[in-house]
Amino acid sequence: MTKLSMTVNGKPVSGNVEGRTLLVDFLRQDLHLTGTHVGCDTSQCGACTVHVNGVAVKSCTMLAAEADGADVATIEGQANADGSLNVIQQAFQDHHGLQCGFCTPGMVMATADLLKNNPTPNEADVRHHLDGNICRCTGYHNIVKAVLAASGQDVDAVAAE
Amino acid sequence: MPKDSGIGASPKRREDIRFLTGLGQYTDDISLTGETHAVFARSQVATGIIKSIDTSAAENMPGVLAVFTGDDFVDVGGNPAGWLINSRDGEPMKEPKRPVLAHGKVRHVGDAYAAVIAETAEQARDAAEAIEADIDEQPAVVDMKSALAGGALVHDEIGTNQCFDWGWIEDNRAATDAAIKSAPHVTTLELVNNRLVPNAMEPRASTGVFDPGTGDYTLYTTSQNPHLTRLLICAFVLGIPENKLRVVAPDVGGGFGSKIYHYGEEALVLSAAKKLGRPVRWTASRSESFLTDAHGRDHVTKIEIACEKDGTFLAFRTETMANVGAYLSNFSTATPTFLHGTLMAGNYTVPTLYVNVKAVFTNTAPVDAYRGAGRPEATYSLERAIDKCAQELGMDPLALRRKNFIKPDQFPYAAAAGLEYDTGNYHALVDKLEELADLSGFEARRAATKATGKLRGIGVNTYIEACGIAPSNLVGVLGSRVGLYDAATVRVNATGNISVMVGAHSHGQGHETAFPQVVADMLGIDEGSIDIVHGDTSKIPFGMGTYGSRSLAVCGSAVVRATEKIINKAKKIAAHMMEASEQDVEFSEGQFSIAGTDKSVGFGDVALKAYIPHNFPIEDIEPGLEETAFYDPANFTYPAGAYACEVEVDPDTGKVTIDRFTAVDDFGNVINPMIVTGQVHGGLAQGIGQALLENCTYDENGQILSASFMDYAMPRASDLPLYTVDHSCQTPCTHNPLGVKGCGEAGAIGSPPAVVNAVINALHSGGHTDVTHIDMPVSPARVWAAMNS
Ligand code: FES
Ligand code: FES
Repeated sequence: MTKLSMTVNGKPVSGNVEGRTLLVDFLRQDLHLTGTHVGCDTSQCGACTVHVNGVAVKSCTMLAAEADGADVATIEGQANADGSLNVIQQAFQDHHGLQCGFCTPGMVMATADLLKNNPTPNEADVRHHLDGNICRCTGYHNIVKAVLAASGQDVDAVAAE
Repeated sequence: MPKDSGIGASPKRREDIRFLTGLGQYTDDISLTGETHAVFARSQVATGIIKSIDTSAAENMPGVLAVFTGDDFVDVGGNPAGWLINSRDGEPMKEPKRPVLAHGKVRHVGDAYAAVIAETAEQARDAAEAIEADIDEQPAVVDMKSALAGGALVHDEIGTNQCFDWGWIEDNRAATDAAIKSAPHVTTLELVNNRLVPNAMEPRASTGVFDPGTGDYTLYTTSQNPHLTRLLICAFVLGIPENKLRVVAPDVGGGFGSKIYHYGEEALVLSAAKKLGRPVRWTASRSESFLTDAHGRDHVTKIEIACEKDGTFLAFRTETMANVGAYLSNFSTATPTFLHGTLMAGNYTVPTLYVNVKAVFTNTAPVDAYRGAGRPEATYSLERAIDKCAQELGMDPLALRRKNFIKPDQFPYAAAAGLEYDTGNYHALVDKLEELADLSGFEARRAATKATGKLRGIGVNTYIEACGIAPSNLVGVLGSRVGLYDAATVRVNATGNISVMVGAHSHGQGHETAFPQVVADMLGIDEGSIDIVHGDTSKIPFGMGTYGSRSLAVCGSAVVRATEKIINKAKKIAAHMMEASEQDVEFSEGQFSIAGTDKSVGFGDVALKAYIPHNFPIEDIEPGLEETAFYDPANFTYPAGAYACEVEVDPDTGKVTIDRFTAVDDFGNVINPMIVTGQVHGGLAQGIGQALLENCTYDENGQILSASFMDYAMPRASDLPLYTVDHSCQTPCTHNPLGVKGCGEAGAIGSPPAVVNAVINALHSGGHTDVTHIDMPVSPARVWAAMNS
C-alpha cells in the first residue's frame, strides 16, 4: 500500500492505496466523489475527465500515486461558491446539453480546459476538442451550443434549433 | 411568445442540476455497508463443452468469499423470451433455456460460466483469473446462412439453429407473389442491416442485498423498467415472491433498449447476497458490455417492390434472416417480427405485401431491441429500395413517394401490413422538408462542391413507426406474454405539493421535468410543486417502464387519468366546503368555484381539508387525496417523418462527410419542445452512426472483433453536423388524452436510409451510375471500393 496526499477541490485529502489503484478509483471509492464516472476501459470515453494541476486528464489513465501532491479538481468542485451553477454548467442546462448525465461531468471538465486555452472557439474547435469525450445521448448538437454559449458567443448565429 | 410553463413550454430540466454538479446517483455510485464484489469468469471461445471447472485455487485466494458455477443454478429457471412467435406452419418457436451461468456448454464469447465474490473488486478479479476451466472448443456457428444450412448447432437439444420461420401476413402471400410475378416493374435489393452495440455510456451494474431479518431482497440495477425486471426474476428465474424483492433503478446513464432486459448478473448478485448475508456489487467493464449487452439489428434482407411503369406500388415482399444470437433475450423474438413486419407498408397505399423472417441462433451475443427495434430495419429496407426503384424508373425519389403516400383524407387508414394508422399527413411533412432543407438550392450547392473536387449527394426518405407500445389486447393476440399498459399514482399532500409516482423510467428523457408540465396544466398550479418519483418498485405502481417511445403516450396518459380522478374527488370536497352541490362546482386555474356566485376555494385549501377532515362528510368521501390510474392504449401511435441528408464524398479517399441533415417529424402534440428536439438529435446521431461508422463484427471463429471503443466506431463530436429539426407538422394522436405520439426513436429510424441514399446519389453524380447500393456502415473503404470496382 502507498500512502498519498493531495488537494481535491481545494481541500487536503490523504489515503492508502494499492500501487495499481487508478486516480478515478481513488476519487470514487476512497473519497466518495462519484461524480467522476467510468465509461470505458481503454481511455476513450472521457467520462472520467478531471483537472490535475490545472490540466484536463482522463483519471482512468493515471495512477492515484502519480497524483500524490497534486492539485486535483473534479465536477463536485465546479459550482460557484454559493452553490449555483458556474457559467459552463449553466450553459449546459440552458441549451439542453445533457440527457442521461453520465458523460456530463467529463464534458464540463473538458469544456473548462478548452475555454481556458481558447476563450472563443468556433464550432470546429469545439468538436475537435471534445473528440475524446463520447456522448451517446445528445448527438452533440446541444453540447456544441452549450460550449459556445459558455464562451459568451452568440449561439443563435450558429444554430437555430 | 412561447409559454414559460405547462404543456408546450420548454422549462429547463430540473434533473440537470444534480447531473451537472456530480450529485447524480447511478448504480455504481451507491456503496453499502459490508458490501462485497462480484467478478465473472467468461468464455474466451465462441462455443465449447464445459468439461470441468476447478475453483479450488480461486477459493483460497485472499479475500474470496464464494465462487459460483452453473452447477449452482441448475434448479432455477431460465431467463425467458417475452413473446411467443409461431412459425408459418404453426409450430411454436424454439426456446432453449438461458441459464444464470452457462452449464454444460458455453455459447458465445463472454458467456459467463462462473462468478467470484470477494472483499474487493481487485481480489475478485484476481481470483476469477485463477479459475481453471477445461472447455473443449467446438466449431462455432457465426454466419446466419451457414447456421441455417445445417452442421454445428448452438443448442443441441433443439436440433436446429432456426428459432422460427415467420410469415406476415400469411393470407396475403399468394396475392403478393402473383402481383410481383405479373408486375410491369420489379425492383430488387439485397441489404445488410449492420449489427450494432447500444453502448449506453453507463455500463450495466447491479447490486444485490438480502436482509436475513425480514427475508427481503433489494436489487439496485441499471434498468429501464424495474417492475419488468422484478417480474422476470421472481416469476421465471429465482422464484422469489414478488413482494419480497424491491428493484431500484436509480439514475441510469442511458439505455437505448439494452437495459430493458433482465440479465443473469442480476440473478447472481441476489443469490450471492442471500448466501453471504452481505451486499454483492457488480459493475461491467466496457469490454464486458461489448461482450454481453444485447446487441441490435443484424438483419440480412432481400426486398422486392412491384410497381406500374408510372411508379404506382403494387406489392412489397421481403425475406429476412434475423440474428438472435446465442440465447433469446426478452424482446428478441418480437423485434424482427411484430416491430418490423407490421411496419413494412411504410407511408404508402401499397395494396398487398408479405414479410418472411427467419430468426437464427448463432454463437454471438444475444440480439434484441435497440433504439427503434425492428422499425429501423423495416424503414431502411423499404426506403433504400424505393430510391433504387425511382432510379430505375427515372423518377424523382420524392415524387415517387408522394405518388404512393396515404393521403391526408384517407386516415384512419388500414395499411397492408395489418396496422390501422390513426392520423398522419405525409404530404405536409415533405412540403416542410422541401422548405427547411432548401431542396431547391441543392443544385447550386452541388456545383459549389464540384468546384472543390468533391461529390455532393442528397438523400431523402420518409418513415412511419408504431410507438406507444402497446395495446395489451392486440399484443396478446400477437404473442406477447405480458401486458403493456402503464400506471401512475398522483399523491396530493396536505400542504398542496404533489408526488407523482410513475411506472415509466427516465434515463435521459427528462420525465422529471416534462411530466409535471402536464399535471401543472391540469391542476392550474405551479409545476415546481410537483415531483416525479420513478425507478423504485417499493414506491411506484406496477408499470412496464420506458422503451418503444412509450413513456408519455402510455404512462403520461396514466398520469392524466390519475389527475382527472384527483380533480373529481377534489370537486366533491370543494362542494362540501362551499356547501354546494357537486354538479355546480367548476374548476379552473387551480380554483374551485360555484358559477354565478362569489364562492371559491383554492386547490391547496381542498388538499388540506382532505387530510385534516374535521367537519368532513366521511360517509360520502374518504379522507386523503391520492389516486392511481392504469392506462392501456387502444392502438399504437404512429409518428412519421421526412428526412433529408446532404453529403460530400471525397473521391480520393471515399470519406463521406455529412454537410446538412434535416429532420421533419410529426409527433402529434408536443409537451416540451426542447426535450423533444434533444431526443431527435440523439436518435439522429445513432442513425448516422449506424450508416457511417458503427459495425459489430465477429470473425469466422466467433471472436468479436469490435469489442472496445478503439475498434467500434462510436460517433464523436467531429463526425456529426448541426441538425435542423422541426416538429411543427402535428396530427395529434386520436386515442390518447394528450394527443402525443412519442419521439424517442424517430431519429434512429428515419436517418440511415437518408444517409445511404445521399451517398449513392453523390456517386451517381460523379458518373458511378453502376453503384446501386453500399452496405452500412458506408465507410471510406467501402465507398472507395464501390467507386473503383
Ligand atoms: S473511463 Fe476514462 S476515458 Fe473512459
Ligand atoms: S448525456 Fe447521456 S451520454 Fe451524454
